[in-house]
Amino acid sequence: MTAPTLLDVRDLTVEFMTRRGVVKAVQHVNISVAKGETVGIVGESGSGKSVTSYAVMRILDRAGKIADGAITFSGIDVRDAPEKEMRDLRGREMSMIFQSPRTALNPIRKVGDQIGDVLLQHVQAQPSDVKEKAIEALRKVRIARPEERYHAYPFELSGGMCQRVVIALALACQPQLLIADEPTTGLDVTTQKAVMDLVVELTRERGMSTILITHDLGLAAAYCDKVVVMEKGKVVETAASATIFKSPQHAYTRKLMRATPRIGVSLRDLLPEDMPVPPPPVTDPAEEKLEDKSPLLVVSNLVKEYPRQGASGSLASFFRKKNELPEPATFRAVDGISFEIKRGESVGLVGESGCGKSTTSMMVMRLLDPTSGSVMFDGEDIGAIPAREFAKSAMRKRIQMVFQDPTESLNPRFTAMRAIADPILRMSDIKGSDAVRARCEELARQVGLPVELLDRFPHQLSGGQKARVGIARAIALSPELVILDEPTAALDVSVQAVVLNLLEDLKQKLGMSYLFVSHDLNVVRLLCDRVIVMRAGKIVEEGSAEAVMDRPKSDYTKELLAAIPHPPL
Amino acid sequence: MNQRPDLDTAHIAATDTPLAAAAIAAAAGSAVAKSPAPPKQTSVFAHARYVISENPVTGLAFGLFLLISVCAIFGPWIAPYDPLASNTMAALQPPSAKHWFGTDQLGRDILSRVMVAARLDMFIAVASVALVFALGGLSGTAAGFFGGWTDRIVGRIADTIMAFPLFVLAMGIVAALGNTVTNIVIATAIINFPLYARVARAEANVRREAGFVQAARLSGNGELRILLTQILPNIMPIMVVQMSLTMGYAILNAAGLSFIGLGVRPPTPEWGIMVAEGAAFIVSGEWWIAFFPGAALMLAVFCFNLLGDGLRDIVDPQRRT
Repeated sequence: MTAPTLLDVRDLTVEFMTRRGVVKAVQHVNISVAKGETVGIVGESGSGKSVTSYAVMRILDRAGKIADGAITFSGIDVRDAPEKEMRDLRGREMSMIFQSPRTALNPIRKVGDQIGDVLLQHVQAQPSDVKEKAIEALRKVRIARPEERYHAYPFELSGGMCQRVVIALALACQPQLLIADEPTTGLDVTTQKAVMDLVVELTRERGMSTILITHDLGLAAAYCDKVVVMEKGKVVETAASATIFKSPQHAYTRKLMRATPRIGVSLRDLLPEDMPVPPPPVTDPAEEKLEDKSPLLVVSNLVKEYPRQGASGSLASFFRKKNELPEPATFRAVDGISFEIKRGESVGLVGESGCGKSTTSMMVMRLLDPTSGSVMFDGEDIGAIPAREFAKSAMRKRIQMVFQDPTESLNPRFTAMRAIADPILRMSDIKGSDAVRARCEELARQVGLPVELLDRFPHQLSGGQKARVGIARAIALSPELVILDEPTAALDVSVQAVVLNLLEDLKQKLGMSYLFVSHDLNVVRLLCDRVIVMRAGKIVEEGSAEAVMDRPKSDYTKELLAAIPHPPL
Repeated sequence: MNQRPDLDTAHIAATDTPLAAAAIAAAAGSAVAKSPAPPKQTSVFAHARYVISENPVTGLAFGLFLLISVCAIFGPWIAPYDPLASNTMAALQPPSAKHWFGTDQLGRDILSRVMVAARLDMFIAVASVALVFALGGLSGTAAGFFGGWTDRIVGRIADTIMAFPLFVLAMGIVAALGNTVTNIVIATAIINFPLYARVARAEANVRREAGFVQAARLSGNGELRILLTQILPNIMPIMVVQMSLTMGYAILNAAGLSFIGLGVRPPTPEWGIMVAEGAAFIVSGEWWIAFFPGAALMLAVFCFNLLGDGLRDIVDPQRRT
């Protein structure tokens, strides 16, 4: 390391005052960032990686304070600098990109004006030339037609575009240090790649240093020079990214790496070494063949149309320019798709946000009525039953779902027990509180949820435990088809590994079929026999998981696969 | 005609209590469920103590509420004098050791009258809030959850009520239906309807497509059951705050109606009437006749407004980390 050190964090301890006393969020952390270096801070939720970066910017909230240690940024003592100096430093010398680009932008101000504000604030522009400079900033982050986009409001831009604007804001004053806190978490893989490539290119170009905070080892490996692994507020390992993946020293790093889904790895490999691997199920090939014959779910020509807002009104047609073609009055979210799921099969439905995969799953789930097309479940057209009445149908208990966000899908006022018991009380033959309790405990054991946690409320459970409650609820009625809507998207990788294995075990034990909706091809490959790739409401590719992943036929699938960052193994 | 609304009030108040009780039971249940768990969790009482210690104003409000409740329940027994007994010998006496709040033009003890009046004013407030919670809260929740025609109808009813100056509307209702306590309750409930309907509608609307609501659909719950078991308990915290805030307003409204001669009639002790009666004597220097009932009124309204904030912190399970 020949470059001079730009940021030096020594022995940093950050404490938060809570009603249960002092909590040490970060303990004795040492990080140094050289000029022009990209450092990745990797860790799972609660590891203190964001708090560390907030301490560097000194934007901890009121309850938090730097209790010990020193932060030196190009010779300035950040810990003791007066607030006025810090205000000057933030934005001009170091700036930050936040997780959710949309909330980081003021929704009622034009993006160009927002960039202009920053430029004026730090005297990088005069009122006379601020517009030109803002457009220039937009151009630098590769926003097409920046003169037009200058006048756009954040809601008119896509997530990736918004993140570019945020990057433009962060880089507007040519800072020396950029802190990117999970900059691509809400974005699709292809957008993620574009955004990260842009960040790295721009920072290299200007000789800036970058701290990339992420939970994704692959992302850190692909874009960082050095990686700092944090666990429970402590740094467990610091090494160059090339060496850390080749020879991880700390057990936690190894555990994280093991749990990250990647090419050439089976589902069981994700579990930590010390966790017992369940024996492979004894399957009778003859029996399996027999079952394979009948498809459980046949979807044909499924279409969902939404009215386009404000397009069809007479006023809109009055104001339309003469040569402009009238927009179609409806928008096809799902555009005539057909597929089938056999008994005991798991099918992955993959695509980027807005491709219609969630709409499709909601229609199959019978929470949403299709515009046209049929959904045949076990020979019966369930698409014909209105979604409102399906709750009372006998078919209801045969199709269940695991939701994307385990927190949001549990009623905050129900205990775990009550949540799992809900479908049992409504639709099963089990009656009497003791019998229901017994069934709930059996389910809890099946999904690996400690029975004593059944009486807790969702906010008293961890993310993984909440996911288990959601799964227990979905399998409570022994359904034949379970739709998994990104069931691990909100979980840490190590928890994801365990939950994916659990789902696989349950499938083998209970003989269910899965429709696995996800944007993450790596995860889908692990769990699914077949993969369907969707784009803009249509199926672009369909085939066995290996075929689609290893020999993709369509360009779109190839693009998707290429965009996934892989740790160098 | 006069009987029916009375029955309705009683009926709705009765159906309302299980709801409130359910909310309290849920809170209490959580406390029971938590006791064997690790020390991470706290009971409702410990939580209440925490909230009060964090925010002493809430403690003050609870103290005031307790005082008002004691007067309302035990007023007639603990009052030092008969609130209706006039004694012309002792008329218009200023506050003294014998009559702490002084006496009025008929020689009645003002302290006793203020204490006994608490019951009537509190009854009007509680009954009208219970009624409006049942009507406005439920219809607002239904409007937000079902949308469509339910939403339009409830919304237009609320708009219609909002189109009138509310106090004038209350006067009109009492004047038209007759000068009784029941009608004051109804009038107060009607003018508060839009507040409840709109808050409940907004809260129900954001939860309409929440994950747990979808999950309840998958569990085979009908829409009405989802409304009652999933949506309603979750909007209770905000409704409780709303109830506490309108409680103060309801007391003020009842007193206001009595002040202008509608509703409660003399010689019944009631804060509004007492202020009205005392108002004439302020110019001649007998300030205490209007001052003490006025102060009671102010403290009651103040207390309920502060209570609202404190209650929100206690009822919300998310805050109980």
